Amino acid sequence: MIYASTVRPPLRHAELGLSDERAVAMYEKMAAARQYDERALLLQRAGKVNFHISGILQEPGQVAAAFALDPSSDWFLPYYRDYGFVLSVGMTMKELMLSLFAKAEDPNSGGRQMPGHFGCKRLRIVTGSSPVTTQVPHAVGFALAAKMRGERSVAYVSFGEGSSNQGDFHEGCNFAGVHKLPVLFVCENNQYAISVPLARQTAGRICDRALGYGFPGVRVDGNDPLEVYRVVREARERAIAGEGPTLIEIMTYRGAPHSTSDNDLAYRTKEEIEFHRAKDGILAYRRYLTEAGLWSDERERELQERIRRELDEATAYAEAAPYPDAEDSLRHVYAESAEANGGDGPWR
Amino acid sequence: MEYIDAIRLAMKEEMERDPDVFVLGEDVGLKGGVFTTTKGLQPLFGELRVLDTPLSESAIAGVAIGAAMAGLKPIAEMQYSDFMFPAANQIISEAAKIRYRSNNDWNCPLVIRAPIGGGIFGGLYHSQCPESVFFGTPGLKIVAPSTARDAKGLLTAAIRDPDPVLFFEHKKAYRLIRDEVPEGDYIVPIGRSAVRREGTDLTVIGYSLPLHFALQAAEELAREEGVEAHVVDLRTLQPLDREGVLEAAARTGKVLILHEDNKTGGVGAEVAALIAEELLYDLDAPIRRLCGPDVPAMAINPPAEKRFLLNKDKVKAAMLELARY
Amino acid sequence: MAKRIAEIVMPQLAESLVSATIDRWLKEPGETVDLYEPICEVITDKVNAELPSTVHGVLVKILAGPGETVDVGAPICLVETEASAGAEPAAGPAGGEEAVSVPAPAPQPPERAAAATDAPDPAAPMRGRYSPAVQRLAAEHRVDLRGVAGTGWGGRITRQDVLAHIAAGAAASASASPAPSGGASGAAVPAAQAQPPAPERPPAPTPQPAPVRPAEPAHLPAVEVEGQVAPGREYFIDVTPIRKTIASRMRQSVNEIPHAWTVIEVDLTNLTQLRNKWKEEFRKQEGINLTYMPFVLKAVVSAIKDYPIMNSVWAGDRIIVKRDINLSLAVGTDHSVLTPVIRNADQKNIAGLAREIHELARKTREGKLKLSDMQDGTFTVNNTGTFGSIMSYPIINYPQAAIMTFEAVVRRPVVIGDMIGIRSMVNLCLSFDHRILDGVICGQFHQRVKECLESYTLDTSLY
Repeated sequence: MIYASTVRPPLRHAELGLSDERAVAMYEKMAAARQYDERALLLQRAGKVNFHISGILQEPGQVAAAFALDPSSDWFLPYYRDYGFVLSVGMTMKELMLSLFAKAEDPNSGGRQMPGHFGCKRLRIVTGSSPVTTQVPHAVGFALAAKMRGERSVAYVSFGEGSSNQGDFHEGCNFAGVHKLPVLFVCENNQYAISVPLARQTAGRICDRALGYGFPGVRVDGNDPLEVYRVVREARERAIAGEGPTLIEIMTYRGAPHSTSDNDLAYRTKEEIEFHRAKDGILAYRRYLTEAGLWSDERERELQERIRRELDEATAYAEAAPYPDAEDSLRHVYAESAEANGGDGPWR
Repeated sequence: MEYIDAIRLAMKEEMERDPDVFVLGEDVGLKGGVFTTTKGLQPLFGELRVLDTPLSESAIAGVAIGAAMAGLKPIAEMQYSDFMFPAANQIISEAAKIRYRSNNDWNCPLVIRAPIGGGIFGGLYHSQCPESVFFGTPGLKIVAPSTARDAKGLLTAAIRDPDPVLFFEHKKAYRLIRDEVPEGDYIVPIGRSAVRREGTDLTVIGYSLPLHFALQAAEELAREEGVEAHVVDLRTLQPLDREGVLEAAARTGKVLILHEDNKTGGVGAEVAALIAEELLYDLDAPIRRLCGPDVPAMAINPPAEKRFLLNKDKVKAAMLELARY
Repeated sequence: MAKRIAEIVMPQLAESLVSATIDRWLKEPGETVDLYEPICEVITDKVNAELPSTVHGVLVKILAGPGETVDVGAPICLVETEASAGAEPAAGPAGGEEAVSVPAPAPQPPERAAAATDAPDPAAPMRGRYSPAVQRLAAEHRVDLRGVAGTGWGGRITRQDVLAHIAAGAAASASASPAPSGGASGAAVPAAQAQPPAPERPPAPTPQPAPVRPAEPAHLPAVEVEGQVAPGREYFIDVTPIRKTIASRMRQSVNEIPHAWTVIEVDLTNLTQLRNKWKEEFRKQEGINLTYMPFVLKAVVSAIKDYPIMNSVWAGDRIIVKRDINLSLAVGTDHSVLTPVIRNADQKNIAGLAREIHELARKTREGKLKLSDMQDGTFTVNNTGTFGSIMSYPIINYPQAAIMTFEAVVRRPVVIGDMIGIRSMVNLCLSFDHRILDGVICGQFHQRVKECLESYTLDTSLY
């Protein structure tokens, strides 16, 4: 007798140890990041906020990486396009909007820093700044602290391919390599640093630099979130096991101009942008989930509406929220309470 | 105790007291530091807590900043302050601003130690006093002790301070200066100057090694000319001890400011401006500054080094002239 | 639900931008607009963008057309919305703070050398140099410094000298000269000497609202008056805000616009007769005077219709020709000359123009002009002949392209054919922006005005 049955091959996400819920949750985070990003751009063009810097098309890689980490014990040092990442480790749309509108309730900086400058100790997101790449040695410092304390924890740091040319990248990598520190160096290579294309930014491959520092470098397609998840998870396991850092180069594309002050058609063509838009990792992942029977048009509609509602609420809330007091801007240069300095304030 | 031993003792005692304190820098571990400042610490505390780093000042500072944010208490050593500048971005853009930019969510309890000053024929890149480069950057604290006692007390205070502190130790003072260091745990509060000598005829304000020239000169002037100088050691450059400075200046109305760092844009300029702004009607003479000349750095040949550096005779002459004004 | 009209303003699309140009509108009046739906495309130096609507409603009016450059913050269109119950945004993003230029402090008179009544002792050159500490102590303890020994360098009286003097109990009683406090440092000023007069203060530059316009009015130089001026030979007039504005406008006009000038003679005899025919009845019927001005304005309007370039504004890379003919009319008062505007002057007949002129003149006299009366003028006419002038060189009313004066009507002998006749003649003077206009077009325009004015006959209707 011939017994014919359809044997379903195991699904990729299942093989990676991702439950169906987590796989779907990844998609929802990407979609949320996308909507947030597009709304922020509109708000800037409408004159409601001064500035927005976009991460469009980079969301799938960011979300996948975040899902491969442990938000309760790892340290996160994202860079300014990482909306997908921070939403995935616990930041809310409302908090992002408060940061965008520079309001007092913004947890990232109380309305002091530009949007995209994330920081929230509660979520283990380390405060970032505008000079690029400075966060790379900081991540190494966090990893050093983890090693010294014997903690099972990695420091995840992301940056662009332009930033990977700064001295701090090389110094940080080298330091971590020498002392075998648990750092994940993640370069989101989106092909452009403002107007400078990859060919003018570096002659080699960024992932190859790791060789010089004594640890593995991996290149991965940012439009394939499951592959990114796999790579990041493996790198994390290596780090926890004491095998040292990994350099991960996520190949992606910067779908929007550098920022709202940039006219990108001055240095690239509409055709090129459209070509990459068509390869959008979110669309591809949606197809995957649909084929896996985990997604449908109905669920898509419902998700978009849900995100839209949350986004509208967050926008309205942030818009109506108060700015910090002008006099507050004089505070927190130094610690305000008398610390253990023999009881005297640290300043006069 | 010698100045250098006092610094080492501060680190040792703090590392014993608090497991979060550690040292990192080039050659600090096995070698014990190019001046022997950290000698003997690695055998006591191990390789991780007295960490030999690669040759990268920006990473030394940056890694220390990260570790400080993670809750440790790093003491990062810059081998010579002349070589600090690759770390300037990390110090000024990052360390100084972490508490402010995160609206008090994060802070950076970091100490960076760096030797300053000339007198060892080190030439342009082993003799600089770069304190004025970082001075005026809000968010940083800057200290420059002149005695062994203050060195230990200030370093201890710096290690315990929740904000970033630049600790500038004078390399000539390492073996040259020795004084009584109290036993046990004590700190010298950051932000407080010290009156080293009371006087009525003029006020001398300075920091680090030149303070000693002022004291020697004051002693001679008292004997030879009957001039009594009031000598104040700033000890902390940032935040300046406003009250201390103003009180000392008002006491005599004549102020001479000393520092080895070059004159223009130095810390003395701020002290002078502060006094002029607040004490116009107490001034009996123009405010004077005796400082290094405005040249990029001191050259290696002995006449040039002598021309650059302050010494007891230069200070004494300036003090006498002001007293006689 | 109540409806309200919301303004959509030009946002600041990138740092350092102060204006943007509308490229094309994507919506027309009458169309519904969704929140964040793009309504127009905009071009700037840095970025080109689609502007999203900030409200949901119906587009009612477009205020800035394609090709128009609009300042950041200026309204570009009006949208009718449902009045919402609640949150206006807490405060708009700071598109740019009000940059108020602080008037430069007047320079203090230069420090004078000690003009003490005692001649300086060459052996003690520092004798008269009192430090702030010395002066203060002397003031506090009523010490006459002339009686204090100076042991300082060059014979200077030191703080310790004063303290010693006080301690010795020689606190001077009321020796008449009160030692000066604060004030001029370093110089002993015996009470008898007259104070030098304060130097003339430069008028403060007009505060500029952000964003800063390319041509700031020139800062007037500070004039220091040295030496003594006998009192009473000059007096001061405070500069009023209006005078300040006029001054800065004049400066800007002269600075930016290359002025050229042309004059034409017009034979007003026929018009004079026409006016004489109607003026009594007009007065009775309308209650106002019938002057030459309505006729002049009508002629100008006709000429502008034929040569619309006269009704334009220079905008750097383009010339903006205004469709509306809004004539600015110079009206003088005791204190100043203002230029209120007759809007859409081409839609009024002579009687209507006469009424408008009267109204604006009345409002000006009574100080009742509103901002809207002053705005949007496109061409200025000035009746300089009122006080007998036969030729004037007017300054263009920035940012218009030209200004025309109507001088005094003079009865003169002129050649007609081969004979001499007496005619009422008047000069029309025209200053124009030579970037936009030239002699040819202005000549033609002027010719047209002349034709109109000379074509008024006794049969011309006023209505």
